[in-house]
Amino acid sequence: MAQAMFRIWRGDARGGGFQDFTVQISDGMVVLDVVHQIQAEQANDLAVRWNCKAGKCGSCSAEINGHPKLMCMTRLSSLPLDRPVTVEPMRTFPLVRDLVTDVSWNYEVKKRIKPFQPRTPDAADGTWRMDQRDVDRVQEFRKCIECFLCQDVCHVLREHQLHREYIGPRFYVHTAALEMHPLDVANRLADLRGPGGLGYCNITKCCTKVCPEGIKITDNAIIPLKERVVDEFYDPVRRLFRIFRPKPQPPPAKGAPEAEPEPTRTAASSSAPR
Amino acid sequence: MRRDAWWLQPTLVFLGLGAFIVYATWAAFQGVNYAWGPYLSPLYSPLLFGPHSWFGPEPGWWPRWLVFSPALLILWAPGGFRVTCYYYRGAYYKGFWADPPNCTVREPRKTYWGERRFPLIWQNIHRYFMYLALLFLVDLFVDFVRSLRWADAAHPGRVVWGLGVGSIVLFVNWFLLSGYTLGCHSIRHLIGGGRDLLSAIPKRAQAYNCVSCLNRKHMQWAWMSLFWVAFTDFYVRMCAMGMIRDWRIF
Repeated sequence: MAQAMFRIWRGDARGGGFQDFTVQISDGMVVLDVVHQIQAEQANDLAVRWNCKAGKCGSCSAEINGHPKLMCMTRLSSLPLDRPVTVEPMRTFPLVRDLVTDVSWNYEVKKRIKPFQPRTPDAADGTWRMDQRDVDRVQEFRKCIECFLCQDVCHVLREHQLHREYIGPRFYVHTAALEMHPLDVANRLADLRGPGGLGYCNITKCCTKVCPEGIKITDNAIIPLKERVVDEFYDPVRRLFRIFRPKPQPPPAKGAPEAEPEPTRTAASSSAPR
Repeated sequence: MRRDAWWLQPTLVFLGLGAFIVYATWAAFQGVNYAWGPYLSPLYSPLLFGPHSWFGPEPGWWPRWLVFSPALLILWAPGGFRVTCYYYRGAYYKGFWADPPNCTVREPRKTYWGERRFPLIWQNIHRYFMYLALLFLVDLFVDFVRSLRWADAAHPGRVVWGLGVGSIVLFVNWFLLSGYTLGCHSIRHLIGGGRDLLSAIPKRAQAYNCVSCLNRKHMQWAWMSLFWVAFTDFYVRMCAMGMIRDWRIF
C-alpha cells in the first residue's frame, strides 16, 4: 500500500499552523477519506464538517493545494502525491476550528434578498401556467448545493473582505434564479447595483471554475444581471424607450402564494393545454 | 497557497495582448502599405480618408504634429469593443493589473473599487461599442467581396472576378470576427436574454440559442479573431511591400 504526506491546518481563530500526517492510501480514495483516516488513527480531535460524501450536501468545502474544492469529490489520483498535499479551511470565512469555518454570513445575506414574488395566478384555482423553455434557464441555478466555494474563491470577499457591500457569486446565482423566473415580478436591480455590490465583480470567472455543480455562474448569472442593471441605470437609449413602453404588470393579487415554488413541478403542470 | 503554475495563464494573456497592442499601434501609425490590389487591411477599414477612401484625401483639420494615418480615425471603435468585452476584462484585470493575479492568489494592493466607480464604471458602455462592431462586420464583408474584383490587365478600367490567397485571408478574418462579435454577452442579452418569457418571442428565442452557442466559446473566438486581424494586416502589408507574392487561385 502506498504512502502519502498530508499537511493539514490545525488551529482556531486565535492561531494555528500546518501539521504533517503520513497516511496509507489505496485506489479510489478521496481527500475526505484521508481526513477521516487521520481523524480515526492519528488526530481524534481534528474538526471537519461533512455529511453526504457524494458532492451534494456542500459541507466538506476546503482548500486543497490552494484550490477551493469539495474534499469528498477530490480523488487522490488527481493530486500530485510526490509532495505533501495541503488541506486548509476556506479563507474567506471566520475559522471555527481546524477545517471548519463559520459560513453563517451567507445565510444572513440570503435573508436580505427580495423573495420570490409571483404574478397574479393564471387560473381561477390559483395556479400558474409556464412554458418549459422559460423554466429551463433557471433550472441550472437550482443545482447550487451552497458549498460556498464560489464565495471563498471570489477575491472581492477573500482579499478585500467587502462582506458588507457585496453579496458574492452564490447570491448572484440565487438572484438570477429569481429575476429570470417566468412568474416572478419583483425588481431586484436597484438592490443589485446598490447594497448587492454587483459592480464590484470584475468577471475573473474564478467562481465558475470552482463550482462543483458546473454552473456557469459568470456567463449565465452574473453577466446577464450586469446587463439588466445596465438596461435600468446606464443605458440612456433604453431609458428613453421605457418612457413609451406600457406600464409593467401590477403586483400579484391578494392571496397569491408567497412561498417559492419548485419550478420543476410547476413546469410539469404546464403541460396542461393552454 | 497554490503551488501550480498559476502565473502561466496571466503571463500568456499579458504577452498575447501586449504583442497585439504593440503590433497594432505600430501598424496604425505607419499610414502606408495598408492596401494592395483589391485587398485592404482590417486595421484601416473602413478607409475614411486617404487614397480611394470614402471622403477623399487627408483632412485639413488633422493636427500637423500628429502623423496622419487613416487607421487612427477608426481603430477606437473595435478597440473599445475589445477593451470593454466581458471576456477581455476578466483576462486583462488578471494579466495587466494583478486584480487578482489568478484565482486564490494574493493581490499586491489593498484598495479595490471594482467597476462601481470612474473609470471602470465606463465598462458599461460595451453595448454601444457592440453596435459599432456590427457595422464593422458589414464593412469587412464588403472588403472581402471587393477583394474578389481585380483590375483587368487586358482591358484597363475594367474589373474581373478572381480569387487570391489574400481574399481567403480576408474572409477568414470576417468569419472569425463574426464568431466573436455575434457571441458577445451584450448581444445575448439584447436578443432575448433580458426577457424572462422567451417562449413568447420564438424567433428571438432561436436567435438567443444561436448567440448562446457562440458565447460558450467566446474566449476562443476572441483570441482567434485577434490573432487573425493582426495576421491579415501583416499579409496585406507584406504584399504591398513586395516581400511576398499573393497567389492567385483563379
